[in-house]
Amino acid sequence: METQSLTAKNIHVHYGEKEAIKGVSLDFAPREVTALIGPSGCGKSTFLRSLNRMNDTIDNARVTGEIWIDGENINEPGVDVVLLRQKIGMVWQRPNPFHKSIYENIAFGPRYHGIKNKKQLDHIVEDCLRKAALWDETKDRLHNSALALSGGQQQRLCIARSIAVKPKVILMDEPASALDPVSTAKVEELISELKQDYTIVIVTHNMHQAARVSDKTAFFYMGKVVEYDRTEKIFTNPSEKATDDYISGRFG
Amino acid sequence: MSAKTADRIATGVIYAVSALIVVILAGLLGYIIFRGIGHISWHFLTSAPQTIKAGGGIGPQLFNSLFLLVLTLIITIPLGLGAGIYMSEYAKAGRLTDTIRLIVEVLSSFPSIVIGLFGLLVIVNLFGLGFSLFSGALALTVFNLPLMVRITEQALRGVPREQKEASLALGLSRWKTITSVMLPIATPAIVTGTILAAGRVFGEAAALLFTAGMSSPRLDFTNWNPLDERSPLNPFRPAETLAVHIWKINSEGLAPDASQIAAGASAVLIIMVLVFNFGARWFGRYLHRKFTATK
Repeated sequence: METQSLTAKNIHVHYGEKEAIKGVSLDFAPREVTALIGPSGCGKSTFLRSLNRMNDTIDNARVTGEIWIDGENINEPGVDVVLLRQKIGMVWQRPNPFHKSIYENIAFGPRYHGIKNKKQLDHIVEDCLRKAALWDETKDRLHNSALALSGGQQQRLCIARSIAVKPKVILMDEPASALDPVSTAKVEELISELKQDYTIVIVTHNMHQAARVSDKTAFFYMGKVVEYDRTEKIFTNPSEKATDDYISGRFG
Repeated sequence: MSAKTADRIATGVIYAVSALIVVILAGLLGYIIFRGIGHISWHFLTSAPQTIKAGGGIGPQLFNSLFLLVLTLIITIPLGLGAGIYMSEYAKAGRLTDTIRLIVEVLSSFPSIVIGLFGLLVIVNLFGLGFSLFSGALALTVFNLPLMVRITEQALRGVPREQKEASLALGLSRWKTITSVMLPIATPAIVTGTILAAGRVFGEAAALLFTAGMSSPRLDFTNWNPLDERSPLNPFRPAETLAVHIWKINSEGLAPDASQIAAGASAVLIIMVLVFNFGARWFGRYLHRKFTATK
């Protein structure tokens, strides 16, 4: 059996009394992009946020089930959430760079995790910005505010920031939905580059995007996974009628 | 009546009410400053008051007010920040948190004379701190602290959720997230709020009558040893503040120019409070620009 870099087993998420995710099990293969698609409110973002235990920060949210990474179930009370989140990076819908300089946005994480050497940090900053295809645009103003960048640049900076702490998996919650078409294309290109090194899980509303960037696609509906398969299969010959209805635009 | 007429009437009423408020405020400020400004001079601001002769100043009172403010802030800022961070980031929503919040609210709306009497009974007598700046600072803490807690809590809640999550997702601890990501964003609001709250402390009188006292020992402004009884910096000496001085001189002042002194001191007090308010706005905007690195 192929080793999976991230495995979710029978995940249930409750917000108070309401059950938002009703038993989802998914395997995410290393160096592949998996797209989570489905209509609004189907639970795909909620599921994504439980993978790095971000739902812990919501008071009445309760996540049950197992999430395995590196042979460890991270959804257990004793797990060091801080350490685990270093292994799983995250990118949000709206670009959210820190209110700091471009350089600091990237150096902030690695420095906290123990890299104090200025040369080493400089190297990480350059490396991450290059990987995010942002180096040429920013190398002359690394110490300017990140907030002065355009939306698309900010989003690529956020991606660069997340890879600076060397995660294994990157979770992306509609990373391009707040961007213009040109920036969207750049971010998609970046995702295709990054999958050579990382496992990527991306939530998207945009079916064309899912078809363009992902290797596998999971269709979520009403808190469950209806179908999970190779992306070509999902978009050309889905097994379930609900999937077919959704991707052909008959609902959702 | 047509919708359009109703709209016009409502707009007119709202304009009239706003104008009324502005006129009252401007009238009040203008009257106080106009009456007092003539009496303000360098001598008035720096010299000691006279009991029965004319020509007394408000130097020690002005100093006492500022020093008491500093003492109060030294006590309330760390406590208020700590409690505010707890309420915003650590407290789980529930009955306990709601109760704490309710107590904080009630505390901040306590009548200040009640706090003054409480201070007299507990701080001055029971704890044996006597009429002193320190007693006064503790009394002021009682209603300044709730404000500080609320200011801090609201400022932290105002930080976009994604900022906090971005930091947590990088594997930073909760504490590091608060100190390095959230507090820099919240600081302008906290500083502005603190200065505004300080303005209230500056003008407070009732809570200080029975705690900081209504007299000031002869101060020696060349003696800066905080342990010496005649040093202005000694926090355990009685101290009459500017607001208390205004009240006292108005009710039992024997000096022939008592009413001018009261008017002058009132103008100084009002001007100081205005300076606090405008200063807070300006400083908050400055910090916001600095911390968010927007130029």
